[in-house]
Amino acid sequence: MKVMNKTKMLLVASFATFFTATSIAAEVNVYSARKEALIKPILDDFTEQTGIKVNLITGNADALISRIKSEGQFSPADVLVSTDVGRLVRAKQMGITQANDDDIVKSSVPAYLRDEDEHWTALTLRARPIMYAKDRVDPETLSTMQGLTKEEWKGRICIRSSNNIYNQSMISGMIQTQGDAQTLAWAEGLVENFARSPKGGDRDQIKAVVAGECDIAIANTYYLAGMLNSEDADTRKVAEQVAVFWPDQAGAGAHVNISGISIAKHATNTAEAKKLVQFMLSDQAQSWYADTNHEYPVKEGIEWSDTLKEMGEFKAQEVSLTKVGETNAKALMLMDRAGWR
Amino acid sequence: MQLKASAFSLYTVLAGLIIGLPIFVVLLSFYSLDTAVWTHLSETVLSGYIYNSLVLALGVGFGATLLGTGLAWCVVSYDFVGKIWLQRLILLPLAMPAYIIAYTYTGLLDFSGPVQSTLRTWFELGKQDYWFPEVRSLPGAIIMMALVLYPYVYILARTAFAEQAQKFREVSVLAGVSKFQHFLQVALPLARPAIMTGAALAMMEALADFGTVEYFGVSTFTTGIYRTWFGMGDIQAASQLSGLLCMFVFALLVLEKQSRRSAETYSSRQGTGTQALKLSIGKGTTVLFLCSLPLIFGFIVPFIQLAVWALAYTDAGSLGEYPSYALNSAMLAAIGTVVIVLLALMFSYAKRLQATKLNRSVVQFVGLGYAMPGTVIAIGVLIPLGWLDIKLNLFTKHFFDVQPGLVFSGTIVTLIFAYTIRFMSVALHNTEAGIQRIKPSMDEAAITLGDTRLQTLFKVHIPLLSASLLSACLLVFVDILKELPATLVLRPFNFNTLAVKTFELASDERLIDAALPAITIVLVGILPVLLLTRTLNQIEKKHA
Repeated sequence: MKVMNKTKMLLVASFATFFTATSIAAEVNVYSARKEALIKPILDDFTEQTGIKVNLITGNADALISRIKSEGQFSPADVLVSTDVGRLVRAKQMGITQANDDDIVKSSVPAYLRDEDEHWTALTLRARPIMYAKDRVDPETLSTMQGLTKEEWKGRICIRSSNNIYNQSMISGMIQTQGDAQTLAWAEGLVENFARSPKGGDRDQIKAVVAGECDIAIANTYYLAGMLNSEDADTRKVAEQVAVFWPDQAGAGAHVNISGISIAKHATNTAEAKKLVQFMLSDQAQSWYADTNHEYPVKEGIEWSDTLKEMGEFKAQEVSLTKVGETNAKALMLMDRAGWR
Repeated sequence: MQLKASAFSLYTVLAGLIIGLPIFVVLLSFYSLDTAVWTHLSETVLSGYIYNSLVLALGVGFGATLLGTGLAWCVVSYDFVGKIWLQRLILLPLAMPAYIIAYTYTGLLDFSGPVQSTLRTWFELGKQDYWFPEVRSLPGAIIMMALVLYPYVYILARTAFAEQAQKFREVSVLAGVSKFQHFLQVALPLARPAIMTGAALAMMEALADFGTVEYFGVSTFTTGIYRTWFGMGDIQAASQLSGLLCMFVFALLVLEKQSRRSAETYSSRQGTGTQALKLSIGKGTTVLFLCSLPLIFGFIVPFIQLAVWALAYTDAGSLGEYPSYALNSAMLAAIGTVVIVLLALMFSYAKRLQATKLNRSVVQFVGLGYAMPGTVIAIGVLIPLGWLDIKLNLFTKHFFDVQPGLVFSGTIVTLIFAYTIRFMSVALHNTEAGIQRIKPSMDEAAITLGDTRLQTLFKVHIPLLSASLLSACLLVFVDILKELPATLVLRPFNFNTLAVKTFELASDERLIDAALPAITIVLVGILPVLLLTRTLNQIEKKHA
């Protein structure tokens, strides 16, 4: 009987080592909603500097959250990286994250860019201003997002579908500053002024402005920055015909979203995960994101890329990101009602 | 003997239930209905989802049928210059994922693309001086999908036409019926079940598509499911939407099955097949030209565009990773194919042995996954496997004080499971169509000679089915190669496939950078597609 048990144990143990990649070396498992090209290089630097191996899966944020949830207490996830605040708030609500009470994080990131219970922190900022055709639009005629619903912009505005999280966050932010009714009225007015039924991504909206389909687009800055720094001369030429206008500078400020990071509740490599969070807030990683993808660093004193500098400094909307995340569903239903495809 | 057959069908039902788990998980979501959410959906977007999905499915079904049947008829009944080449290449659009052809044509045909720019320069037109059809629209999506999905109809229609006995044609000639009238009044009705099956596959694929409709800005059930889940964070309402889609597809399948049942015949392998009519050079060239159009627009044009992008913008440093991506893709596709086709054979055989209501419903049920969006299937797979993993760990902890961790979730097992439910339908349609063509008297003869049911399967059916099995294998292989959403969510750590790589670049709006992985998928897919073509040509020769 005893022998039987031993054989069984051996079997189970060998089974276990076969299927799970448990090794003695320090490692950290990252579930990332950021695409591989925009995280792998910096993770490789992390491994080089700390000797901690990084295992990576990339994918859709909600699908990754569902995966962590269904993997439950045995989930290998140590860290969740998201490209917007809504998903971090949702992950926290679903109980799959834990607090990371770390003074380095607190001193690097302003409080309004962190979760109040320290479950997540922002890593970079992504702004969503107005972009206009230099040859057709006088920036003097632009002022606020509200202003875009005026009659004079009828048939002149391009923006992507409301399926997109950046639009959902933008509307959610507006719900915080203006309230439901006014946001709905704004969304209806904006839809009224659409040049075409929303299609394509942010770059497509910028291209449509240059092609003359519309005069104004709403898009994230790093898309325009990426086009301005493209290897393709035609793309650069297209991007140069468009300029950024920062709306609501006298009021609530321009909409910003974040990319952020959270430590998973059932993380087994917590120490390594904490180190990774610190590394992502290091000058090196912050500069990398600023230079490579033209996102705004969350940390003070990190130099922006030349392209970002040219786009100018701006006042960002300082609303509670937690609230922005929480009203995401409401924002989406509001856009449904406004007929925003 | 009877006992054996029923034991076999018991296993089948069990296997069906396990494979059907992800669908159950989705349907289970109906246990409670959030009326607030549903009121909102039905007041705002639901009618749009239903309308667009219906039009898309019908449009793709019609387009694929038109192209597939027309091509099949020309290839079977005429001999013309260049036919051999046409036959070799005609299935190539299968290797082209719908979202990739959509990206490519957008790049070619949108305002700043080469076509419109050239037209503007030639005719000295301004921005507002002319009208040009918008690619990114519902009709655009229908055309894109029909262009890459017509092979499903073509394969089945061609076999059906080829197997029609020459004597039918001779009767038509005696009755003074023209070739075209013969096509409409005799050949087409006889081939209808096969054509319907092909059309149903194309329609299901269209319903499950996410990449194309999302990029084209067409709101369908699939985009609605993503939106409800990701945007509203409401997994339950999203599952219910997929459940609704499932029921719609179920109705479609029942219709298809019924049309097949009413036309079921075993006459196919009798007599000689249709003989092709030799066309004059002039007529032959016209037919060749017309028949080449789907191939040109469904494969050659997008392929050249991708190649141009890939050559112009590829960073040579990244090339080293491609062999490993291709290997991963091929490995997953190979394992998945073996599992899926074996199971499909088992299901079809069980249904043949005992066509009980239960058996038939199980087979129908597992086929539903083909119309479900990959992400929904992924979640349907994760939930039961995650549960199993946790129970397994608790069990081993209790008895052996060992925790193996996640044995199923996050391993290739999960992926294969997801592929099985997603692509079972493709394999089933082939094995079922094949097995139906074998006359029951063959089984009886073998049994009389003392073979068991299992021996009959190996000695009689599998050899007769080899062509159907091979085409099932190749179709499933190419489908897995192209699969994206489930692979993305379920794959293990540090594991990339070609489809994942393409998607990451394309969804980051770096279309041109995505050209290289995209073209690699197409290249890896070409080989099985060409093999498939050869198999089909050999079958036809056998019948001729």
